[in-house]
Amino acid sequence: MIFLEFTVIKPEIGLFVWSCIIFALFWLIVGRFAFRPIADALKKREHDIQGALDESVRTREEMAKMKAENEALLAQAREERGRMLKEAKETGDAIVREAREGAKSEASKVLEQAKLEIENQKKHAINEVKNQAGILAIEITERLLREELKDKESQRRLVDNLVKDLNLS
Amino acid sequence: MNLSTKFPSLLMFLTVFLVGAATPGFTQHENQENTHEEASTADHEVGDLCGHAGHHDEEFDPAATAFHHIANPNVFSIGPFNFPLPCILYAPDHGLEIFSAGRFEFDFRGHGDGHKAYKGYVLDAGSVKRVVDPSFPQESVIIGGFAHEGDDASVCYEGKAYPLDSRSAMDGGLFGGGISSFYDFSLSKNVVALILVFAFLAWIFIGIARSYKEREGKAPKGIQSFMEPMFLFIQDEVAKPFLGDKWAKYQPFLMSLFFFILALNLFGQIPFFGGANVTGNLAFTMALALFTFFVVNFNGKSEYWKHVLWMPGVPAAIKAVIITPVEILGLFIKPFTLMLRLFANITAGHIVVLSFIGLIFIFGKSGESLGGASLGVVVSVPLTIFMMAIELLVAFIQAFVFTILTASYIGAAIEEHHH
Repeated sequence: MIFLEFTVIKPEIGLFVWSCIIFALFWLIVGRFAFRPIADALKKREHDIQGALDESVRTREEMAKMKAENEALLAQAREERGRMLKEAKETGDAIVREAREGAKSEASKVLEQAKLEIENQKKHAINEVKNQAGILAIEITERLLREELKDKESQRRLVDNLVKDLNLS
Repeated sequence: MNLSTKFPSLLMFLTVFLVGAATPGFTQHENQENTHEEASTADHEVGDLCGHAGHHDEEFDPAATAFHHIANPNVFSIGPFNFPLPCILYAPDHGLEIFSAGRFEFDFRGHGDGHKAYKGYVLDAGSVKRVVDPSFPQESVIIGGFAHEGDDASVCYEGKAYPLDSRSAMDGGLFGGGISSFYDFSLSKNVVALILVFAFLAWIFIGIARSYKEREGKAPKGIQSFMEPMFLFIQDEVAKPFLGDKWAKYQPFLMSLFFFILALNLFGQIPFFGGANVTGNLAFTMALALFTFFVVNFNGKSEYWKHVLWMPGVPAAIKAVIITPVEILGLFIKPFTLMLRLFANITAGHIVVLSFIGLIFIFGKSGESLGGASLGVVVSVPLTIFMMAIELLVAFIQAFVFTILTASYIGAAIEEHHH
């Protein structure tokens, strides 16, 4: 009889009862205090991880948007700066040009005045010289005349000369 | 799934083949014994049975050895040493007895045969048996040994053989068991293994649950990260696909099944540490199958019962004659197959390993031939290593199969109407 010692196929009542009790306890205790909390923790963690992933995607999108905004702002600022520089340059140039022109015209005016003054001085001097020369000539002439017309002889000669000159002419 | 359903049949085939191959020596030997006994009983008293007592121990009997190792004795063997376990015995005509198996004064190194009888109980090959004869002394007495003849075991006392009863079993006499004169509720080897595994798993998993709470929001660490893949595998590949959005309610039950079966399968494979064959014992798998049966049918929705009792869309005559009886049978066959599948796979694996190891003793003619034993070692060790590797695989596969089938039965029972 092959089943004689093959006791495992004869379900013993004692082992059956113990199996039921111990498995029920295992299900109750470990199921309640381990399997369920672990499943909850895993569910929560899964949820957290999904949340973190979603969050990171959203953050990345936000970052990209902010970056684009920054770049636009930067470009705008750069443009503004260029424009301001150009404007400043233009203003500066205008000021320099104006100043130069002002100076030039001032200088030429001064020059003109100087010339005029010089001319006036020159005229004045010439007039002075002329007057002096006239005075001198008169004085000399006076002296000469006095010399010449000192005696009667000389007076006659003069008249003779003059008559001669008149005759000649 | 395909693989795992193929494995049991393969294992059973291997087992039958190998046990069959290993048995001729045993049966032949027994036949000789029997003819010898028959010849002698013709002109001798029954007491003569005891003259040969102990004789059977000298010859190596592979089948008996294998069956002895997968049995559920009242002693716990670690290596070659036997440790007594508490006995809780109830006999309707005697009452309850609680005492240590040490009362039987069995050998510390040996096969677990008690040298003493106590309160009418004896220890035969590690298992408690009861003397049927009420004239047998109830106090502690020294006994002369055991005799086995055919289906019956006897104890020898003062030259007289007293027949013994084995513990009551629920096979209804189908396999030679049935209700006997006493019930054994002892903390036998398998019960102790159950308690050890229960305590170990409770410690591990409650610790893991605590670390999930303490390390919230952090990556798993240590034992936590070792168990998490298995845990998530059962949760995501077994519970969720079969149970849909109601998975959380049944998750503790499925996890308990998977990890309890797996741990017991693996515990039973530790060499020299009892080798408790819990999942290979029909009583245990019957208990689990019963749990599955109740969980499935207590949670069955009206839709499920309608399909079982009166399948819609089928002519009434066919329903009454075929479908309903088959469906009702199916209610019981499903857990029944769960029970048999796990039991057969684990027992088969153990018997194959034990048969391979038995080859050493068969080749060595029970120690007479050293050359034969050496050849046996060369043949047997690689085969045993291979078989133990397969058993490791089977430990996981069968725990998984039991769990996934349970999940599918629950899933079918709680499914809401959708056509």
